[in-house]
Amino acid sequence: MGYKWSWNVIVRSFPLLLAGAGLTIRLTCIAVGMGILIGTFVGIGRVSKNKFIFTLSSIYVNFIRGTPLLVQLYLFYFGLPALLGFPIPPFPAAILSMSINSGAYVAEIVRAGIQSIDQGQMEAARSLGMTYHQAMKYVIIPQTFKRIIPPLGNEFIAMLKDSSIVSVIALEELVRKGYLVMGRTFRSFEVWTAVAFLFLFMTFPIAQLVNFAERRLKQND
Amino acid sequence: MIKVNALHKKFGRLHVLKGITNQINQGEVVCVIGPSGSGKSTFLRCLNLLEQPSSGQIFFEGKEITDYQKININKVRVEMGMVFQRFNLFPHMSVLDNICLAPVKVRNLSREEAEVRAYSLLGKVGLQDKALAFPDKLSGGQQQRVAIARALSLQPKVMLFDEPTSALDPEMIKEVLEVMKNLGKEGMTMVVVTHEMGFAREVADRVLFMDDGLIVEENTPAKIFSSPQNERTKMFLSKIL
Ligand SMILES: Nc1ncnc2c1ncn2[C@@H]1O[C@H](COP(=O)(O)OP(=O)(O)OP(=O)(O)O)[C@@H](O)[C@H]1O
Ligand SMILES: [Mg+2]
Repeated sequence: MGYKWSWNVIVRSFPLLLAGAGLTIRLTCIAVGMGILIGTFVGIGRVSKNKFIFTLSSIYVNFIRGTPLLVQLYLFYFGLPALLGFPIPPFPAAILSMSINSGAYVAEIVRAGIQSIDQGQMEAARSLGMTYHQAMKYVIIPQTFKRIIPPLGNEFIAMLKDSSIVSVIALEELVRKGYLVMGRTFRSFEVWTAVAFLFLFMTFPIAQLVNFAERRLKQND
Repeated sequence: MIKVNALHKKFGRLHVLKGITNQINQGEVVCVIGPSGSGKSTFLRCLNLLEQPSSGQIFFEGKEITDYQKININKVRVEMGMVFQRFNLFPHMSVLDNICLAPVKVRNLSREEAEVRAYSLLGKVGLQDKALAFPDKLSGGQQQRVAIARALSLQPKVMLFDEPTSALDPEMIKEVLEVMKNLGKEGMTMVVVTHEMGFAREVADRVLFMDDGLIVEENTPAKIFSSPQNERTKMFLSKIL
């Protein structure tokens, strides 16, 4: 093994990789933000007694969780334009598919959060003459916030890693930048090591925060 | 005030209430006793429709509340306060917010009016100084007294209690029973599922003994405790007294 590690390659390509990491974070933040918005409504739909709402939200969740993000991305990037008759640029296509993907996972987090609240809370609220809607709004949902923070952190980490998939439609996030640097320098070992560590630098602090939040929650129970 | 007619409740194939007919009169304190699993909680929860009866009717102030087409369940529940075995206070809200929530959101009281009312109720249960505390900072007895204040916040006409002292440490039972006793003295109509025979003896106007989904015997506390008629009542009382 005569391989000679070159710091030089890493140093020179670092600004490029960093820019890629910036896009990775941007994509993930937007997607998970939208995912939280979508997931909150769909998650509430998943515990609804209204058959129509329940079925609709279940179909969405199962469809998204049962298919690869890559296929979902292709559906929006290649499929939908064919249907609409005009192209969708890579960035909106990526945001759209990632948000819709994240929404399904967040929905399950929200559903689990709601179902983890003691039944007695709903009963107490209803016994005070509140409607189901009021009980959800003032009593159940506010209590789920704290509990879904750790799983939301995990969803963020998962989405951050999965966002690398959008490299296939030429969005220059971290992995795509890695390809570019590799093509230019032919130093694949250094490049992918650097990419891996950049991912780790992003995910590790979040993972620590998740751990911390989980410990705090346990103490409060 | 409440009239129950041939009330049945089934959970799937489990027949829990097997035809209950009774009446709760204005100002009356009725204690419901009986062995575990006899359907006491289910009966109580049917009264404010937390459980939907499988058949039979319930009338509240002359109106049939089991007539779901015509009745707004939420309006009925406003008239009935309920206190649970496990308090069920809202843990993310202060004591004051727990008590103000329903008056503000359900009865559309202003926050100021609701607070005035809440403080007066807290005075009644002896916890005015805990208004800004959160439930997890209170003892079980204090939590249950807050729960009683909360149940009173809508000025209900009936109070339903489901074993309000069963989850409490022995030294806290008295303070809760004291509050309930005073409520009874003020003329509140109350239905109390309880294992506190002392309380039933002292406060109840009438005691219902339930077994296997039926009211097997009912009488004044003096009579039912000193000379129970039914074999099952005798057996139950001999076990616990
Ligand atoms: N939601 C439910 N689903 C299915 N079965 C139920 C439900 N609620 C109560 N039961 C069953 O109905 C029966 C009566 O229950 P209930 O809680 O009314 O009894 P109880 O007299 O209040 O007993 P305890 O003194 O233990 O509180 C029990 O066998 C119980 O398991
Ligand atoms: Mg019970």
